[in-house]
Amino acid sequence: MNHNGTLSKDDFRSWFMDKLLMGMSWPEYAGKLLTPFNIVAAIILSIGIPVIAVRFIYGLATATHASNEYPWGITLGWGLFAGVPLSATGFIMGTAYYIFGFKKFKPLVRLGILTGFLGYLFAVIYLLTDIGRPWRIYYPMIIGFGTASVLFLVAWHVATYLTVQFLEFSEAILEWIKSRRVYKWATMMVIGMTIAGIILSTLHQSALGAMFLLTPGKLHPLWFSSYIPHLFLSSSIYAALAMVIVVSTLAARFLRSAAGHTFLESLDSLTVGLGKGACVGIYVYFALKLVALAHDNNWYLLNTPYGKWFLLEMLGFVLLPALVLTYGVKKYSAGIVRFGAFYAVAGIIVNRINVSVIAFNWNLPDHLHHIIPPWQEVSIVMTLATIHILIFRWILNRMPVIREEPGYEGH
Amino acid sequence: MAKIPKRLAPKKYIENKDSETPEREGTKGFNRRDFLKTAAVVGGSALIGSYATASASKDLSGWPDRYGCLTDLTKCVGCRSCEKACNEVNNLPKPETSFDDGSVFKEKRRPTAKAYTVVNRYKNPKDEGTPIYRKVQCNHCNEPACASACPIHAYTKTKEGAVLYDPEKCFGCRYCMIACPFYVPAYDYESALEPKIVKCVMCYDRIKTGGIPACAEACPAGTITFGKRKDLIKLARKKIAETPDRYIDHIYGEHEAGGTSWMYISGVPFEQLDFPTNIPNRPIIEETKGFLGAVPVVFTVWPALFGMCYAALRHRETMEEDKDQNSKKGVEK
Ligand code: SF4
Ligand code: SF4
Ligand code: SF4
Repeated sequence: MNHNGTLSKDDFRSWFMDKLLMGMSWPEYAGKLLTPFNIVAAIILSIGIPVIAVRFIYGLATATHASNEYPWGITLGWGLFAGVPLSATGFIMGTAYYIFGFKKFKPLVRLGILTGFLGYLFAVIYLLTDIGRPWRIYYPMIIGFGTASVLFLVAWHVATYLTVQFLEFSEAILEWIKSRRVYKWATMMVIGMTIAGIILSTLHQSALGAMFLLTPGKLHPLWFSSYIPHLFLSSSIYAALAMVIVVSTLAARFLRSAAGHTFLESLDSLTVGLGKGACVGIYVYFALKLVALAHDNNWYLLNTPYGKWFLLEMLGFVLLPALVLTYGVKKYSAGIVRFGAFYAVAGIIVNRINVSVIAFNWNLPDHLHHIIPPWQEVSIVMTLATIHILIFRWILNRMPVIREEPGYEGH
Repeated sequence: MAKIPKRLAPKKYIENKDSETPEREGTKGFNRRDFLKTAAVVGGSALIGSYATASASKDLSGWPDRYGCLTDLTKCVGCRSCEKACNEVNNLPKPETSFDDGSVFKEKRRPTAKAYTVVNRYKNPKDEGTPIYRKVQCNHCNEPACASACPIHAYTKTKEGAVLYDPEKCFGCRYCMIACPFYVPAYDYESALEPKIVKCVMCYDRIKTGGIPACAEACPAGTITFGKRKDLIKLARKKIAETPDRYIDHIYGEHEAGGTSWMYISGVPFEQLDFPTNIPNRPIIEETKGFLGAVPVVFTVWPALFGMCYAALRHRETMEEDKDQNSKKGVEK
């Protein structure tokens, strides 16, 4: 008995070191933590976490402009409107791999799903920090049903899809804790989950755009368009492909020790493959943008200050990254494709911030002055983004995402 | 000028005998089973999108007798009596400066968490000496954009015309503020635990019991006329027709955003008084109908489409496996 007891204690210790400290002892692990990145992260958190605490104790007025004309700021512009398209990675990689059978992308599928899952999780967290009574977040599910509201649809879909993504990723978690039985059960669901993911994603990606259909007088006519759901959906597709390139590049660069052979060796050619897809997507999006412009016959607006900003977005942040990607794919250069992917992701962020912040309320006096966020809001966004990265890194270091768990290869 | 009565409607709200529950969807007396059933149905419709029954537009034709107000901007003298009356009747916090303080006109104000209504001053292009004043408050739209935006159905368009908000439902996403084309709802950002939307209620309790809005009653210049919306439109037309040099030929709110309960007539074009004039004349919710209509299509077509793709893929894979095995056999022989 006694013997058994000590054994299991040792077992636990070795499990703990193996799973959570990545095979190191406490002192070793703590020593490893002292990196420049972690120090910067610690500084950001030490400012931002108190700001978040103050926001919850004293109300939103302490963290935002508290403006009645500008109810939404960069917290949602960045966290929700830019965060969600960049999290379409799970649905895009899942579809490519399971439904269309692009088997060679296998080393990136889990990374895509993890990026998506955490992206949605954080979109919800950003939302929770921004809404007035976050403890009522479940109200659209139980208390009142605004069935004519696009946001109602977004709420339901994001909640459902978050669950779907968790189930999809659970495969990796189960392997990590070495569970065999549940693992089989989890794989069986994958196809159903992937198709559910396609439906939910198509709808809420476009619904995020459709939310702005209610603002015909407020959103600048160059961005307000009846095509906005299509624009949001089509841009989320290339956003996801570019985002997988971005995340895999960063992982291969900074978390080399967590990466497996297959991942590292195939990465360059897979990057070019993804780049090819992103190229198609980005040109489709560009064409749709032109169609929307022509449909509303808004050409005359191009010669206004907002028109120039719109042109800069169209040419500088859509067409130019598209050309870079094309060039990279033609030259078969993973490096150029990577650059194009980072650029394209930046373009998506520019677009979503444009729609939700910069071009919104453009006709109010002193508009550009009003949209400069207060430092508290900036620090909240930076804090949440930092936590996002830390959790991402924590998982990549431990769970079989960009490497294969011994004993589970080939699934 | 003929004296215009402040009230055009009969004293008692008599049109609907069975008018005890004016809200569109009462939640009272819900038992648990009903609730779960509704939840399941709505849950389904939330995902799949059977929005047909949920649209706000159906309610309107049914309530021809809804009330409204007509603000005659040529009459307002900027005394702010309406602000004062509104503040008192609705138990709002006392403002920092008193209601006779003219210095507030230096800037353009808007309704806030502490004031349902504000009056702003504008230069009169026709006559520098007599400025124009504009009272701002919720317009109580026929098909309110705020209500179409809210994911929790915290807003109700009552059949009396007032658009009411229920803080017990709201979780504070502020999408209603984004959607309101008239920049009306304000948010109580100062409160940490019970922040809520704040806006004019068209003195619902008063009009339900035969009264008129406090601001209309308090106005010494007869600027605001309360009455049935259809009568107010007739009145406005008559005024414009009788004194065409006093008014421009436009009733603001007759068609804007699908029509509003609170309407305005003015001597100068409305854009000079900061009225939003780039709003479509159809209800704002119309803009999203196409999108919401496509939702069920995606739910039915996508599974079939992608299911087929998957089936095709599996088929190809098994064929290839068979081929592999056959060729292996061939080699063995
Ligand atoms: S004016 Fe704005 S707040 Fe008032 S009913 Fe219309 S949309 Fe709603
Ligand atoms: S802030 Fe409240 S009332 Fe307004 S849309 Fe959100 S939940 Fe509805
Ligand atoms: S109708 Fe009532 S609530 Fe609305 S502004 Fe007038 S007094 Fe205030």
